[in-house]
Amino acid sequence: MEQDDNHPLFRPASWGRTVGSALIGLAYFIPVLWMLLAAFKTRQDALAVPPKLIFAPTFEHFVSLFTGFEDGKQVFADGFQLYIFNSLFIASASVLLALGLGLLAAYGFARMQLPGTSYLLFYTLAMRMIPPLTTIIPLYVLFSKIGLGGSYAGLIAVYTGFNLPFAIWMLRSFIVELPREAEEAAWLDGSSRPAILWRIVLPQLRGGLAATAIIALVFTWNDFLFSQILSGSDTRTIPVAMLRVMGADFGTDWGLFAAAGTIYLAPVLLVAFFLQNQLLRGATFGTVTR
Amino acid sequence: MSATVTRRDGRGIFASTRHGWPMVVPALCVLCVMNLLPILWSFGISFYRFRADHPRLAPHFLGLDYYVELMTDDDVWERVSNTGEFILGSVSVQIVVGALLVGLFYRPFPGRRLILMLVLTPMLLSTVVVGTFFNFFYDPTFGFVAAIMRPLLGHPFVPLASPTSAMTSLIIADAWMWSPFVMLMLMAGLSSVPRELCEAAEIDRASRWHRFRSVIFPSVRGVLLLAVLFRVIESFNAYELVSAITNGGPGTSTETLSTQIYGTAFVLFQTGRASALANFSTFVIILLVNLYFQAMRQRGRAMGT
Repeated sequence: MEQDDNHPLFRPASWGRTVGSALIGLAYFIPVLWMLLAAFKTRQDALAVPPKLIFAPTFEHFVSLFTGFEDGKQVFADGFQLYIFNSLFIASASVLLALGLGLLAAYGFARMQLPGTSYLLFYTLAMRMIPPLTTIIPLYVLFSKIGLGGSYAGLIAVYTGFNLPFAIWMLRSFIVELPREAEEAAWLDGSSRPAILWRIVLPQLRGGLAATAIIALVFTWNDFLFSQILSGSDTRTIPVAMLRVMGADFGTDWGLFAAAGTIYLAPVLLVAFFLQNQLLRGATFGTVTR
Repeated sequence: MSATVTRRDGRGIFASTRHGWPMVVPALCVLCVMNLLPILWSFGISFYRFRADHPRLAPHFLGLDYYVELMTDDDVWERVSNTGEFILGSVSVQIVVGALLVGLFYRPFPGRRLILMLVLTPMLLSTVVVGTFFNFFYDPTFGFVAAIMRPLLGHPFVPLASPTSAMTSLIIADAWMWSPFVMLMLMAGLSSVPRELCEAAEIDRASRWHRFRSVIFPSVRGVLLLAVLFRVIESFNAYELVSAITNGGPGTSTETLSTQIYGTAFVLFQTGRASALANFSTFVIILLVNLYFQAMRQRGRAMGT
């Protein structure tokens, strides 16, 4: 969102705009705020109508998340840390795999003059946008046949396939923006293509790679359906665990749910602040950059 | 495409398909195994009566029976029309709210980044978690929506009790999450408005409406179309939000194609029937992605890239 200050449309506004937009921004943020506050409320305070803004904060929900016990009652078989680990492990492994494969493919599609590139790119995008349930049903059948159901390997494979189209499109959009001249000069000097990719393209692509990785992590971190159907009780990711353990089994415990949600939300808030300029590109899979 | 730089031995850097294919083939193989193969298999499954929870039960070949059955099933058409209602409602609210947000945020001002964070957070949240919280907000006793509406209406308000208000509740939650996306899209469109045109319009003292219609809108139109197509595709696939907020109710009034597929596949375990329905959705999405792809290339051409 870096804009030209001389552009008549984008003349800087004054502090008045700050106040007005802060009020509207806060109103927009109320649902998230409610959750953040509920995480620190006792059960009675969380259910108070109208919602209490001033209350004595408690950390009991966070403690019970990690010990597995609330009010002396076991609410988790293992602590919440298992699900945090699962989410982090599955997301980072699949994003790393997708980035590696995606970087090569993105470079091939962006630079090498391959026949049928535009069809293949269309196919890649379509793969990501078709209803996930279409692929989940056969994958469920397949996984239970070959014993991959509930395993980390199965989930990582599924999420690699889920992140790959995104990685290809996103990285491609960054590569097309790089000037070709540096690569061409190195080529004339006798460098090989792998050397060019490693020494010339990668260093310029650092920011793009980071943005792609982080947004893919958020997508995977947030996904529910694949994990809901294909994970087992030991390999559940956070959203599935939140719903299963806290929703169905014990009648929703809102404080606990909100505490889990708060831990879950923290990394996402950082992304919303630091990655604003790449958010649109990420949300459109690199098809809209400016 | 421009000619590629060629070495003295005649080898061009970007011209070799022999070296190009090995770059894209590994990724394409993974995509084939994890995405294309399941889609093809899904077609296979849809020709059989088959239950995934009873793998020993021999699949029974039905041919196209499920497709015929689905096309003539009134319930399925009700899901289609619910899905359409949800998409239409949600996407139009998103465009209006997104445009209002652009009006608020397009000019730089002190603290803009921090305040934008508040607005951009919803689209980065997990849909299922958002859905669960909104379900609580819509609770007739403890939710703040009911608390706000009660004094206004003068009688207790149960947001999820009637078909219309349940659908409205869904639309509000979806629009809350995704209006910021439309805002970002429109901002991208605004930044492609040519500077000279804006300056010329100012010098001419063109009216605000005229300035909007002839200077701003033409640059924003392409990106607005992309935003709409993108949101239509994603709303079509929305499962988590609906299942968490209304779970299809009251009755089946907010049951969409996605929740129907999920229920058929993983509650009733009529795997073949669910696959047939899923393939129908896939077909619709491929058509929409095709439109998106074409709109994208048109915009690319219009912007000269």
